[in-house]
Amino acid sequence: MLKVNPTRAPSRRAFLGGAATAAGAILIGFRLDPGKAARAAGGPDLAGVPAQPNAFVRIAADDTVTVMIKHLDMGQGNTTGLATILADELDADWSRVRTAFAPADATLYANLLLGPVQGTGGSTAIANSWYQLRKAGAAARAMLVAAAADKWKVPASEITVESGTVRHAASNRQVRFGELAEAAAAQPVPQEPRLKDPSQWRLIGKKVPRLDSVAKTDGTAIYSMDIRRPGQVTAVVAHPPRFGGVAKSFDDKAARAVRGVVDVVAIPTGVAVIAKDTWSAMKGREALTVTWDDTAAEMRSSDAILASYRELARRPGLVASERGDAATAIKGSAKVLEAEFSFPYLAHAAMEPLNATIERARDGSYDVYAGCQLQTVEQAVIAANLGVTTDKVRLHTQWAGGSFGRRATPGADYLAEAATIVRATGGKAPIHLVWTREDDMAGGFYRPTVLHTLKAGLDAKGAITGWTHTMVGKSIMIGSPFETMIVKNGVDSTTVEGASDTPYALPAYRFEVHNAREGVPVLWWRSVGHTHTAQAMEVFIDELAYAAGADPVAFRLGLLTGAPRLSGVLKLAAEKAGWGAASAKGRGLGVAAHESFGSYVAMVADITAEDSKVKVNRIVAAVDVGIAVNPDIIRAQVEGAVGFALSSVLRNKITLKDGVVQERNFDSYEPTRMSEMPIVEVHIMPSSAAPTGIGEPGVPVLAPSISNAIFAATGQRLRSLPLDLTGMKGV
Amino acid sequence: MAKLTVNGVTHEVDADPDTPLLWVLRDHLDKTGTKYGCGIAQCGACTIHLDGQPVRSCQTRIGDVGTASVTTIEGVSGRVADAVKTAWRGLDVVQCGYCQSGQIMSAIGLLSSTPRPTDSDIDGAMDGNVCRCGTYQRIRAAIHDAARSLA
Repeated sequence: MLKVNPTRAPSRRAFLGGAATAAGAILIGFRLDPGKAARAAGGPDLAGVPAQPNAFVRIAADDTVTVMIKHLDMGQGNTTGLATILADELDADWSRVRTAFAPADATLYANLLLGPVQGTGGSTAIANSWYQLRKAGAAARAMLVAAAADKWKVPASEITVESGTVRHAASNRQVRFGELAEAAAAQPVPQEPRLKDPSQWRLIGKKVPRLDSVAKTDGTAIYSMDIRRPGQVTAVVAHPPRFGGVAKSFDDKAARAVRGVVDVVAIPTGVAVIAKDTWSAMKGREALTVTWDDTAAEMRSSDAILASYRELARRPGLVASERGDAATAIKGSAKVLEAEFSFPYLAHAAMEPLNATIERARDGSYDVYAGCQLQTVEQAVIAANLGVTTDKVRLHTQWAGGSFGRRATPGADYLAEAATIVRATGGKAPIHLVWTREDDMAGGFYRPTVLHTLKAGLDAKGAITGWTHTMVGKSIMIGSPFETMIVKNGVDSTTVEGASDTPYALPAYRFEVHNAREGVPVLWWRSVGHTHTAQAMEVFIDELAYAAGADPVAFRLGLLTGAPRLSGVLKLAAEKAGWGAASAKGRGLGVAAHESFGSYVAMVADITAEDSKVKVNRIVAAVDVGIAVNPDIIRAQVEGAVGFALSSVLRNKITLKDGVVQERNFDSYEPTRMSEMPIVEVHIMPSSAAPTGIGEPGVPVLAPSISNAIFAATGQRLRSLPLDLTGMKGV
Repeated sequence: MAKLTVNGVTHEVDADPDTPLLWVLRDHLDKTGTKYGCGIAQCGACTIHLDGQPVRSCQTRIGDVGTASVTTIEGVSGRVADAVKTAWRGLDVVQCGYCQSGQIMSAIGLLSSTPRPTDSDIDGAMDGNVCRCGTYQRIRAAIHDAARSLA
């Protein structure tokens, strides 16, 4: 049986660039601060994007409307949201709307907020597509109207469209989209189609059910793990136990004797065991003996790495931002507070372990089936590893069983590995590379370990005088193909975002950063730098509020006079959570507010402190994401962000002992479970601003809201993550 | 050759008796709705029914299945199954969806034995099913909805 999600190419076209140049050439202009890019003067002109109905919508004779999805849907629901935007402008019949994942094509499907790259990240899917899909839908609608006007010989202005039907009331004639599709396609594409007034929206802002709910509840949704191609074999790879290690030699005699094993090949990242099925490949790998060369490997333990950060933090770092003379201002203060926050490596641990299938076609081109997240980059990397030009590689993006950033690696690590196995085996059979849970968790590309040291002063009236802040961590971007675009004067914005650009009106500040060098591969993890900067900023602000004798909400609002949208969600969350009312003994409320990726989120956590543990009872969240395209999915993303992030607040960490990762499965890296899930209440701020994203912004504020609630309940100030609850006493 | 009855159909399977049922379902019988998540019974993504009882197929060896009837997400049916799927869709529980076959199989098992589960019953029956997207609030609500519709 052949199982794939359909990928439909809109038209035959020439792909630009060859394998040798593509990886470098196509990345020029890559941006990773989409929130700022969207707002900045000179940033991408999202509203000026051309109308491209042919790239984004297909109308079939049976009236189905297929919306092309240029992004990866790893659960965030963007498929439904993107289709909603186009279908509303088109006045399509929602029950006839379908979606298909688009092929890799930077010309048609680049992420307008990430530069000339097709990819999904930075919570940009809806934000970058908003005008593009509205214009595509409106243009297609205008073409249908023009076709009907021609057919009926009536003025286009007398024609109306509703729910997939084009109508001329005066002559009582109507026709379904499907009957007009062919004639509409022959009409000229209007370049500036008229977009609807928000009062005319029928789907945007309403409860529109997810398009993937049925397939994901009856077992029919196909993930790349479920791809079955004729003759397909499964590859499992023995990777070096330490980052930077390589295979020196191996003995595959016993592995080859395992029933079902068909081949064993050396590849740059280890030794691949190939078998007729997954279990046989796993057993074959167990029987394999590999001698590893650790000459170039990272041999340190994570404790030693963090200790080296403390050394670095004592030295002057690179200045990320500065105003006035913060050190002098702090010296003259009535009160001085100091704090240290440390953060561990974190694995993404998506439910679907990394995997991909690559199949060689008869003509020497290749089909790739994966949860592709940086499509045009991945296409170029795969092509380079297969030794073919980029146009010989077709990507078929599948539903992804989570990602949280892991599937978007600048070097397309696991896809490159799959390509090397295909090449090593001569492309004889389609190769399904499967990483086991252990491979996935121990495979690196973690949220970096980060250390923050902070110092701030308060004057006699409780006002902040100055703030100094040093961060140490391994840069995600330095050493990647994106380095020249993202790193300015040595400062990687993905390390310091959410701190060095704080919205708090600090009279004097200095933010410094040290780029640690180590062998552990690091990567963005749902909300990237904000995963740690929000905890440091929002817990330390809370400490200052208490030290100033001020209410934590009022103290923040006093510093946010220049940040109305952040103030707005802070006030809304506080009001809905009943901020200010007395808590029962042992219970506490804590607040945090943070902007990330152009979206504003505040949370109030209600917790009960117990001996050596904390029970999170309720989270009240307020979010401002501009226009809420699908309010129910926005709520779901914030609920999910709480469930996702809670285990990283309470217990998750990846540790290394002599360079070897210790946590390898869910027994030692345990995700949040049902019984721990708090009640999550989400309030959406009404807005007429263009939409931003919500895949990530719910994550950063959870940890500080819980940390601050623990302080409110117990007087114990916990800063580092995961929270060390061993000394906590229930009241 | 092992004989397995899956979704009412008997199959002859050419695999060693110690092979986990999960991999036989996925790689031999093409029942890919049952998912691999951890391989050590810590996540529940591979939950299927053995004679109506939810079990982790990654820890069930085919040699131990015997004549028990295997039901996967593709074949599960009946009043409770319909109520659960309807509730899941009504609340748009799913996000990435990868764990949801297992969640649904566990929920059907719970409601089959406990028609009006309390929150604590739900914790007990569902704590073994990890959802990394964190959809637990909606899973809980959907189970209560399904229970109400069955009452």
